[in-house]
This record gives sequence, structure tokens and C-alpha cells, in this order.
Amino acid sequence: MRSVMQRLQRWAEGRLPALTRYRRPESLPIELHRRRIYIVPTGFGLGFSVLLLVMLAGALNYSNNAALLLTCLLGAASAASMLVAFRNLDGLRLAHVRAGHAVAGDPLMLTLEFDSARPRQSIRVELADGTIAFALDGRSGTAVQLSLATEKRGWQAMPRMRVWSSWPLGMFRAWSWLRPEQAVLVWPRAEDAGPPPRAPAGDARHMRLYRGDELAALRDYRVGDPRRHIAWKSSARHENLLVKDFEQPQSRPQWQLDWRQLGGMENEARIARLARWVDEAEAQRCSYSLWLPGDEITSSNGPLHYARCMNALARLP
Amino acid sequence: MSRLRAATPVHPVDARAFDLLSLTLAMVLGLHALHMPWWLVAVLAVVLGWRWWQRRQRAGRVPRWLKLPMLALLTLAVILQYGNVFGREPGTALAVGLLVLKLLETETVRDARVGISFACFALMAALLSGQGMVATVAVALGLLPALATLRALEPAQVTDSLPRSLLPGLGLIGAALPLALLAFLLVPRLDSPLWGAPTPDQASTGLADSMSPGKFAELMMDDSPAMRVTFDGTPPVRAQRYFRAYVMARYDGFTWTFRDLATLAPSKLEVAGSTSYHVSLVASQQNVLPTLDVPIDAPAGARMRSDRVVVADKPVNDTLRYSLSSATRYRLEPELGPHRRRWLQLPDGFNPRTLALGREWRQSHGGDDGAIVRAALALFHDGGFRYTLAPAPLGRNAMDDFLFGTREGFCEHYASSFTVLMRAAGIPARVVTGYQGGYWNKAANYLLVRNSDAHAWSEVWLPGRGWVRVDPTGAVRPERVSQGAAAAAGDQLAWYRTDWLQGLRNRWDIVNRWWDQGVIGFDALRQRGLLQPFGIRDVDTATLGWLLAISSTLFVAIGLVWALRRRQPRDPLRGAMRELERKLARKGIARRRGEGPQDYLRRAADALPGRREELAELTRSYLELRYAHAEPPTEPLRRFIRSVRDFRIARVVK
Repeated sequence: MRSVMQRLQRWAEGRLPALTRYRRPESLPIELHRRRIYIVPTGFGLGFSVLLLVMLAGALNYSNNAALLLTCLLGAASAASMLVAFRNLDGLRLAHVRAGHAVAGDPLMLTLEFDSARPRQSIRVELADGTIAFALDGRSGTAVQLSLATEKRGWQAMPRMRVWSSWPLGMFRAWSWLRPEQAVLVWPRAEDAGPPPRAPAGDARHMRLYRGDELAALRDYRVGDPRRHIAWKSSARHENLLVKDFEQPQSRPQWQLDWRQLGGMENEARIARLARWVDEAEAQRCSYSLWLPGDEITSSNGPLHYARCMNALARLP
Repeated sequence: MSRLRAATPVHPVDARAFDLLSLTLAMVLGLHALHMPWWLVAVLAVVLGWRWWQRRQRAGRVPRWLKLPMLALLTLAVILQYGNVFGREPGTALAVGLLVLKLLETETVRDARVGISFACFALMAALLSGQGMVATVAVALGLLPALATLRALEPAQVTDSLPRSLLPGLGLIGAALPLALLAFLLVPRLDSPLWGAPTPDQASTGLADSMSPGKFAELMMDDSPAMRVTFDGTPPVRAQRYFRAYVMARYDGFTWTFRDLATLAPSKLEVAGSTSYHVSLVASQQNVLPTLDVPIDAPAGARMRSDRVVVADKPVNDTLRYSLSSATRYRLEPELGPHRRRWLQLPDGFNPRTLALGREWRQSHGGDDGAIVRAALALFHDGGFRYTLAPAPLGRNAMDDFLFGTREGFCEHYASSFTVLMRAAGIPARVVTGYQGGYWNKAANYLLVRNSDAHAWSEVWLPGRGWVRVDPTGAVRPERVSQGAAAAAGDQLAWYRTDWLQGLRNRWDIVNRWWDQGVIGFDALRQRGLLQPFGIRDVDTATLGWLLAISSTLFVAIGLVWALRRRQPRDPLRGAMRELERKLARKGIARRRGEGPQDYLRRAADALPGRREELAELTRSYLELRYAHAEPPTEPLRRFIRSVRDFRIARVVK
């Protein structure tokens, strides 16, 4: 039922953009103005107006002018609240949208920065099923965080968000669409398990060489040192055990991740595997380089490097 | 459907909103307290307070095993008190009770909204039992916490202290007032009710169509207005302000009663002087319309009965206005005819000593009826009689006990005993009840007559003169007639009847009168005459509807202008630059379209070589202020504005 409604809505928006208040994506900042704010009564507003009608009928029937005056007052106040609701949105500005990082399938945090010259209360932003309310004090802007569901890697257009407010009495709902012309990049999801990257042969030997022979110094035994590293001869001349300390490898292992190594695999599977390797390399804090068709990232590490690699993977055709 | 509801998140009511909701309900309860049994109000107040306290400790609904018995008890209490649950009074009591019980299960925003809607309805219902100005204003104030509650239900807002959070509602109501008043003027009134208008089941105190000594005492303590009278000419002096309501002929030893004899024609009246006046009678639930002295004719919707008592066709359930002329100097019923026996009727076997006294006077004075009347008044004046609102009780032979025993009482006692004495002496006599005196309001030129001005006097029929009014109370306590009921009662009345307070209350009545006439009395008839000043004599419902639509649109347009208006953020730097441009333009150096400030001021400097340094300095500081900072710093900005203001172009002598 729900999907049918959604499909119907999409069809209507395509055919009747004016009627469905459909808006094309637009560039930031977006400022709400009278031509794009719509007001509808809420369920409570409709119920309350029925109550007002009952009160009106009662006051007229009993020709009770004081009650009539009260009913008129309440009705006029409700009507005035509609204008207040409109004014609560009018002039509201969406200044920036910042997107966080997320792999496909995980929610992506969007930070919307609103500002306004006037204080505003109880404004709500609705994205898919999530709604968040905020207030503006009229001096500094307010950042609102929303989570956006993602499905697959790559550029994802900003969804349409509804900004609405039923301030002050909850009887009218002023609303408008926000659709910033901005896209967010969703990173590829790493495969669950798979082989480790094949290290180049020369590199492996080089590493073993380093770990091997060159004795650097002797030091006191610490619990957990391998028994075969104990320098028995030297220890005999001392009160306690001495251990042969071998020189550490000069650097952590360097991973060269290469698109070309994964020949014969499907495109997305390749990307998923590379993503897993990038993840693992980043987790082990070793340097890694990434070669991709049309993009070559030299060896480095750290969050910036990681983001660069993931972005490159996400952007792959 | 159930899936949808499950998906809708339930918003709990926060503490502030709940406080405000409790306050709203407390106001509703307070406004209804006067019309409900006190014990029910007390119990509901305790329930309200307890629930408020309980919710402060821990949020959560009150369990059902507690709620259901309370509901049952409430219904039972209403049925025990009123007999049923239908009708205005029991219905209101039940509604207020249910409203308080609704608070017990109020946890979500939806609950609170339902509660507030219901509270608004209950506030209106409070006006059904009394639409005075004070009550209306109090009810309107009750809207403030209701509106504040609705505001507090909205999420994410800047919270204020509780009293401050009531203020925005006041602003909203103030903004809505013009539209509300307009709608009030133009909403077409009904000529006849759609469904049965309520008959007030509780008779209010007022003049009754029977009188027995002591019956007035409660009425004479009632300070509420009975009617307001304006006179076309000069008002009659205080001692002549007798407003007749009932003429009572029949006496059964205990009670004087009025019989509405529809078959008898009004008695004959010879008028020597008359006065015209307009009465605004407060709802009395009775048919009789009080008239000054003897009315010449009856107003529309009422009929003149025998003895010149004016009786309306319908009971006066709302404030009624009527205009009349009355005879102030007159001869009423010069020939008594065959009805003479009616005015001499006395019950057998009552008051033997009184009857004996009357017969004795007849014997001693012979045929001189006037002498007998004087003898009776002299008895009251010199016989040790005392005027009091709290007389001793009387026995079976009430008049004997009064005349020869207690000798204390008020108008009823005197009028009653005087009439019995006269009848015993063979003079046709009767008791008349109504109002006497009243407060003349100089500021607004009207006479305010209160229920406490109720009075009873006698009329005797004298040959050749017809019915003559005799006020035996005046013989005992002349102040009752010359100064009014309050003066006559002396220090027997409550503390609140002190002079200055009484004066204040009398002056305050102007406001009440204005409210009664302007708001409560604005009925279908007055509404039709609304446009008379504009030359439209009769406004029908369709015209009213059109007017309402047009003027509402006008108000909505005004509101829209307010809503759509956008204040440009003021830029003082830009303002100063504009001023400089104006000054230079007067010298013929106008800024061209698309010309930057630098180029423009350089051109100005070329044109005004004498001011070159000054303009260069202005250019420099403007550029710095505009482009070096995101926001121009305050102090240099102020300096720039000042130097622009000081910049004067002297007339260049060529």
C-alpha cells in the first residue's frame, strides 16, 4: 500500500510539478519565502475548528453573547496562529550542508546549518522517517544532524527534505521542501572476508632480512621473550638473563594495493576487496598505496589518506 | 492501520506543559466552583493537585483500577446531587469532573491537546450560567494558560519562566481581538433557538407573586441589580420612586397572594401628570414587569391586567428592555363598583385583636376614612415600633403578635398589618409589592434599582380619590423612603455595605450597565439596526454574511501584510554612504549605475578639488570598513558616520 502511494506520488510529481509543490534541486543557500511555504491545518486544527463550530452553535442558540465573544476570540486567535506559523518559516535559510562519511548500507550523517535574522522556535526537519526539531535564537546559526540511508557506493543525490513547523498552537502546519543541489559520496562496502594482499616477493625477503641477523644489543630479560633469543653465554657472566635484541625492521610493511592484481574478478567485487584491504591497512597503521585505473595514490597512511583512497574507490565507474 | 500507529512515535508531555495544563484545569475548576456543589469542587481540586504532584515525582498514567472507580464515583455524585446527568447544571458538573479525570491519563501530546480543547469548551460553558463582565474577563484570562499549554507542547523551544510563558498568549489574543470583535458584531444572530433553550431550574431570588411577613429578608440582602431605568424628562424625586410589580388582594392569614385575573379589564385611570421612561430589566424568571407608579399602557409583548399590573407574555429569562409612560398624578378607579368586597376580604378566625382595633377605630372616627388612616400611621409612629431586617418570629395570629407583641419588622410587616387594619375598619385596602428608591447615577443619568430595594406598601381606596398609596414603613422609618433601604437598615447590614464601598459599587455599575447594553443586549434586533448610521435601515442575514466575509478578508489581508513584511537587515555603513551620495548629488556628482565607490569618490574629488584630502580619507575608511572585515567594527564605523555627517560642501565661489 505504502509503495503504491509512493509510486503514485512520484508519478504525480513528474506530471504535475506545480500541484505537488515539487521543487528541482537548487543551490545553497536556500531561503524560504512566501512562494514556497504552504500551510495546511493539522488533525488537531481540524478537530479544534469543529469544536469551535459547536461552541458557536451553542452560544448562538442560547443567545449568550459573552460565550459568542469568547468563541470569536478563540477562533480569531487560532486564525492568527496560522500567520505566526507562516512567519516562523518565512526567511529561514539553509546555509550549508555538510556530509559525513559512510560506507554503503550504513546511515550517513548530514549536518544542516540553518540561520535566520529572527528567533524561531520549534522548526522541524524531516528526512524519510526521521524528524528532528530545533530552535534558532536569531543571532547564530544552528546545526542539525540527520542520518541519511545509503544503498550503494558512489555519488548519491541529496534527498528531498521537508522542513515544517506547527508553532505556535499546533493547529496549522507550515511546510516547504528543501532540496539542495548537492550530492554526497558514499564509500564502498568492504567484502566480509577474503585473502590478504599478495606482498611483492622482494619485499617479503627484505623484511625477513631485517628481522634476522643483525644483533643490535643485549638487554635484560623480560617475561615473554622467546627462549631462543636468550644469550646464554653472556647471561652466564651476569646475575640475570640477557636477551639478544635484534634490530626492528626499518619501517612497517608497505602494502601496494593494485587494481591490476585482481584481474578476472567482477568490478564491484574488486572494489569491495580493495576497500577491505584499505580498511585493514589503516587498522594496522601501515602505509599503503593504491593504484586504480585513472588514479594513482602514493603510499602514505592516516585518516586523510584513508579518506582519499575510499573516495577514489567510491568514484570508480 | 495498527502498523501505522505503531510507527507514529509517542511524544510524552514534558513537565512544563503538564504544569500549564494543570493550571488551565485549575482555572476551569475555579470558574465553575460557584455553580457546583462545594464538596465536589473540593474533591476535584484534591484529585487535580494530587495528580500534579504525582506526575512531578514520576511520569506515568494512573492505573486503571484507580481510574475506573473514580469515574463511577463522579457519575454517582452528579446523579445524587442533581438527579440525572442531563441538563445544563449536571452536564457542566460532569464535564468538569471528566476533564479533571482526563488529567489522570494525560501522558502524550495528543492527550494534552484533547484536554485543552475540552477545557476551552468548559470555559465557554462557565459563561452559560452567568455572562457578567467580570465572569467574561475571568474566562478570557483562562484562555491564557490554555494557549500557553498548546505552545509548550511544541518541541524545541526557548523556555521561559512559567508566568512569562503566559505572555505570548496575551499577545495573540490582543492581535486577534479586532477580528473577534468584528465577528461578534457580524455573526448573524438567531431569531429563535435551534433547540430548546434551557429553563433555569433554580429560581433566583426576586419579587415573588406572594408575600408573607419575613419573606423579603433574603431578598433585601441581595445587592445584585434588578433593573436600570432612564427617564425621558427629569427623574422623579426619591420619595416618589415607587415601582409597582404585584397588587395583592387575597390574604389567608399567613400569605398575601397575587391572582392574575385575565378576564377583568384594567381599572379606570384618570391621568393628571405622566412621565416616560425606559427600563432594562435583569432576568427575573417572572412574568411581571415593574412599572413606575401606575402605567398608562403596556409595552409590546406584555399585557395590562386588572389593577394595572403589567404582565409579559413570556417569563423574563434574559435582560429585557421596555419603554413605558406612567401616571405620576392620577386618580385610579374612582368608582369601585361591584369589586368592593374583594378588597375587604379577611380570613376568619385570625388576628382577633387586630380586627377589634380596626372596628374600634371605625366606631370612634365615624365615616372619616382619612382619620382612620392617620390613626394607623400614628400607631406605627408612636407605638414603639422598630424597623429591623431580623425580626422575631411570629405565631399563628401573626398580625396580633406583631402589633401587640414584637413590634419589630420591616416593610412587609408594616404593609401587611396596615392593610389588615384598614380592611377591619371597612376601608378597601391592598398590598402592593415592588421596588422603592434606587441609586441615581449622576455620571450616566440612570437609576439603578437593586433587589435590596424591594419594598411593600399599601393602597387604600378613599371615596372621590380612588386608590391612594400609603407607605406605613415611612411612618416608622422615614429614611427607608427618603434615603433607601441601606440607610433604613442602619448598622444591621454586613460590613461590605459601608458607605464608600457602596459608593464604589454604585459607580462600578456604570461599567456593568455598559456591558449589559453593549455586549449582552446585542441581539438580532440591534444587529439589524447596525448599519442605520450608514443609511441602511434593515440588515438581513445575507448582507451580514457578506459583510463578515468582506471584513474578515480585510483583516486577513492586514495580517498577511504583517506576516509577509520583511525587515531588511539595517546596514549603517550603507546608510552613511547613501547620505554621502545624496550630499554629492546635490552638487551634481551623482553616482552612476555600476560605478564602484572608489571610482565614484575619486571623480568627486576631481570635481571638488578643495575637498580632495577629506574625500580620499573617506574613501580609504569606507573601503577598509567594507572589505577588511566581515562585520564593520563599531568604533571606526561610528567615526565614519560622524565624518559623513560633518561633510559639508560649501558653496564654491567660482
